[in-house]
Amino acid sequence: MTLDGTELPRCPRAIALAMRPLPLPVLGVALTQFARRVTDSHPGLLRRLGPYAQRTVLIDPTDLPFAFWLDPEAGPRISAHRRHRAPAADARIAGPVAALIGMLHGRFDGDALFFSRDLTIEGDTEAVLALRNALDDAELDLSEELIRLSGPAGALLRRLLAGVERVSGLPLHRDDRNGGFA
Amino acid sequence: MMELVCPAGTPASLRAAVDAGAHAVYCGFNDETNARNFPGLNFSPEELAEGIAYAHDRGAKVLVALNTFPRAGGEVLWHRALANAESAGADAVILADLGLLDYAATHHPNLRRHLSVQAAAANPDAINFYAATFGVRRVVLPRVLTVDEIRAINREIDVETEVFVFGGLCVMAEGRCSLSSYATGRSPNMNGVCSPASHVVYSEETDGLRARLGDFTIHRTPKGQPAPYPTLCKGCFTSGEQTGHVFEDPVSLDATQLIPALAKAGVTALKIEGRQRSRAYVAEVVRSFRAAVEAQAAGLPLPQGALARLAEGQAGTTGAYAKTWR
Repeated sequence: MTLDGTELPRCPRAIALAMRPLPLPVLGVALTQFARRVTDSHPGLLRRLGPYAQRTVLIDPTDLPFAFWLDPEAGPRISAHRRHRAPAADARIAGPVAALIGMLHGRFDGDALFFSRDLTIEGDTEAVLALRNALDDAELDLSEELIRLSGPAGALLRRLLAGVERVSGLPLHRDDRNGGFA
Repeated sequence: MMELVCPAGTPASLRAAVDAGAHAVYCGFNDETNARNFPGLNFSPEELAEGIAYAHDRGAKVLVALNTFPRAGGEVLWHRALANAESAGADAVILADLGLLDYAATHHPNLRRHLSVQAAAANPDAINFYAATFGVRRVVLPRVLTVDEIRAINREIDVETEVFVFGGLCVMAEGRCSLSSYATGRSPNMNGVCSPASHVVYSEETDGLRARLGDFTIHRTPKGQPAPYPTLCKGCFTSGEQTGHVFEDPVSLDATQLIPALAKAGVTALKIEGRQRSRAYVAEVVRSFRAAVEAQAAGLPLPQGALARLAEGQAGTTGAYAKTWR
């Protein structure tokens, strides 16, 4: 459930199906490169993770055709796997991709998603908490990071992502609302 | 207007609280000197100084919680935290331990001192002792008092009172509870952690979500039902043929509608619990409560609460404030 009480959007089936043929090794390399660019531009993220960067986490978007194995300390390194063939990790966090991205973008609260059972955590609870808190503090906007890395194609990508966000309801950008009292 | 005191577990949450209208933000260092010593949370001395500058630039105060009880022989960590809070420009420190209060009064006399809820000062005699002996200027009242009792206390004391109005509801005598210690060897009082994540394991099983704390299974939540925090005081236990919540149901405090009564009872500040929560939660709750205290100050009807979905158990209670039991 979202902060305004509405149900979480699910990744449209067409998008999930279109993702299915993606080659997992290539996807892993691309995600690793992207994650390294993000952590380079947000050095506080790994610093806040501290000793918990040594713990691996399986991030499992349940409405996508694969799960992601994250090793923060190795660069970080991300690999993509079919859900039932994913390697063991210290912890697993699972939920609709909207919940995972929305939490990362400051749109949803992790505890509220846990209370509502939209989010499941298993294994090393410390690792999950540390990762969630470090990501929350980093105030990431993955779409803007991707656009920034896309060079001349950035403007086109911005329009594409805005369109996907509008049609799917997925929270692809950070919440930059101001309370109006500052 | 009543002062709104809001939680911040990270610098981003501090900025979110200030931007959403917090009059004051409370936070702590990333060590065992504060009672929310969770993985990935809290502030380094440098982050605190930056956060305080951000808040002060926008007219908000920052209160630093040093509300655990120092270990004998380990006091230097707490003493250093006091010095760091003062040099960062903190508007007050929130303390619970008698020895630390004495140290602060002696070595940091110009640093405003608030008494933490962890001190469990729940009557005029106790509060007046802290005020007279250590120069405490504000006391955070335990969540076991009715509004009438708060009014009666305020008549007999000369310091400000601050009360919790929203968030996780500790139903025990705070600072005295040993349930977490019993199960895990670690407590909010000494280590800054109630039900430490290092001892919590969740697993999805055929009959629902199982939550274990140390060697104890404390919940089995069927599919579709709201999941609670893994605290023993809100655990659901089976004894013989009976299964139920021994101490308290997993619900959260929501005293929004009691704000006018609390103002009449002489309360100075309203506190929101949740330093362990995200910046999304902080912004949403602070925005809602800022609107409520502004409405109260203007004599307007209070906005209806719409925050239950953020709460543990996805349900709110007015807790002891309106209790009919003793």
